[in-house]
Amino acid sequence: MELVCPAGTPAALRAAVDAGADVVYLGFRDETNARNFPGLNFSREELREGLDHAHGAGAEVYVAVNTYAAPGHPEPWHRAVDDAVALGADALILADIGLLDYCTRRHPEMRRHLSVQASAANEQAIRFYHQEFGVRRVVLPRVLTVEDIADLIPRIPVETEVFAFGGMCPMAEGRCLLSSYVTGRSPNINGVCSPASHVRYLERDGRLYSQLGGSTINIFDDGDAAGYPTLCKGRFKVEGEAGYLFEEPTSLNVLPILPRLLAAGVTALKIEGRQRGRAYTAQVVAAFRRAVDACGRGEPPPEDIDLDGITEGGQETSGAYRRDWR
Amino acid sequence: MTGALALGPVQFNWPAEQWRDFYLRIADEAPIDTVYLGEVVCAKRAPFFQPHLAEVAERLAAGGKEVVHSTLALVMTEAEMDLVRELVADETLLVEANDLSTISLLAGRRHVVGPFVNVYNEGTLVYLAARGALRVSLPAELSGEAIALIAEAVRDLDVELEVQVFGRLPLAVSARCYHARAFGLHKDGCQFVCGEDLDGLAADTLDGEAFLAINGTQVMSHSCCNLADDIAGLCDAGVGRFRLWPHSFDMVAVARVYRELLDGELEVAAADDRLNAIAGGLAMANGFYHGQEGRAWVGPAA
Repeated sequence: MELVCPAGTPAALRAAVDAGADVVYLGFRDETNARNFPGLNFSREELREGLDHAHGAGAEVYVAVNTYAAPGHPEPWHRAVDDAVALGADALILADIGLLDYCTRRHPEMRRHLSVQASAANEQAIRFYHQEFGVRRVVLPRVLTVEDIADLIPRIPVETEVFAFGGMCPMAEGRCLLSSYVTGRSPNINGVCSPASHVRYLERDGRLYSQLGGSTINIFDDGDAAGYPTLCKGRFKVEGEAGYLFEEPTSLNVLPILPRLLAAGVTALKIEGRQRGRAYTAQVVAAFRRAVDACGRGEPPPEDIDLDGITEGGQETSGAYRRDWR
Repeated sequence: MTGALALGPVQFNWPAEQWRDFYLRIADEAPIDTVYLGEVVCAKRAPFFQPHLAEVAERLAAGGKEVVHSTLALVMTEAEMDLVRELVADETLLVEANDLSTISLLAGRRHVVGPFVNVYNEGTLVYLAARGALRVSLPAELSGEAIALIAEAVRDLDVELEVQVFGRLPLAVSARCYHARAFGLHKDGCQFVCGEDLDGLAADTLDGEAFLAINGTQVMSHSCCNLADDIAGLCDAGVGRFRLWPHSFDMVAVARVYRELLDGELEVAAADDRLNAIAGGLAMANGFYHGQEGRAWVGPAA
């Protein structure tokens, strides 16, 4: 299995490659990709250097252009595609049909992957993207179980990449307007979700309120660490009962089910976290490198891998890969 | 102003009898041009109203309505895909595709692209129109400015634009059932608890602010979208059809307000007053249209 690792900065790219990434994925420093955060991402020159470093070490670089092009001015998205091709990126990760169409006509030879933001969760949809746009790999949305994935793979003519570690969207990706509804900033349009610009922490009566867009997403007792108010990881009240309605603050971790994903025929594992620092990247990539290599030799995942220190709230889940998550 | 009115599919899990009676009244009384029918949220609910579907479709057609059959937004299993395939197999039906899988099954045949498909720009719209889309119902988060730019770019194409103007907005969909989860259940063995909430189940913040609504595997806005103030601008931009989302309150009355508004027989302020009264105090929102957070309410310029 190929290990596809995140890079939000040139330093994280080098850290990922040095820790054993087969592939690093990244985006340009603008609204054309789904991690459009301040201080993150790559200039054209940084991509050129990153490609040199990765290729020199035998690794590849995928460029995500996976937001939806703005009406009336698709030029930044077209330029992102053109420049990634010209600089020699190994694949483009795309979601927008208009942009897939552009890339297919303009750069027919370029390797295209379907972003998770396209939310292609079934054989018919995946075949469509393959037939129409020559898509060669699909990043599967986090809605399918391991059994679903094992069923799907023999029936589709493309490779599959699945999320292995990090942030956990409980919603079908690319079809979630929650951030947009509460902050006016959207994953599909702006490349952000629950953006820091709209976050506020308030102290009131000895308790800490974490707010997004002026609404309380969670309340913590004095002394407890306040989590970041990602909308779908908040606590809400339904009929008077408070709870994590959508998902707990937790990290996805597939290490326990790695042999089953391998047996299902998954081509690549994707580690989430382009917004993370290089130390995080190095630690997760190194851990997964060891685990994937062990699996490849037919051994169980090493038992001494400890990622507890870097999971969200110290909690982890195998998420939608288990049917009882639903 | 010229514009047609459409009634989106019922998104909630209503008792089958209520579902049937709702549509029979729409057929007889509502000044609505297009009615979308079918389950878009959760395939587990489809068997309930299925026995009434043929009768309802017939009565709506007899009442002069265009009937469109809507399909699931999230298709994950073969059983769900089969549900879509069965519907598409009847080539006499006009179908609304809410997933790319369904669009691919309808290639070369006239169809509607629903609001759960990501159509954010003219590049995507031109592509879909060439494959048989006669109408595209745009995603809820597009601003008026974005809608106008898309409309301008496709003015010469034979494709109509539809915009959601009224009702709780669909915001997200998941493999997980939040309704079941809220009651300590799972999607398998959900006991159809979503059927208790005819307009969705309110989810409030811990300090008591009305925030979202849940509807099975779907998350909806707590506020009720209302673009009565903005419909003239949408007409000017070239939008041809306006979608109302069904609720358990008087949708015939809602349709009449929008019809009178489009016919120039009603002032915007009077329309808002009537809609507020009909919706029983549900907060109104038009933020997406104004390029702001979707839940915002932007009043008319002074």
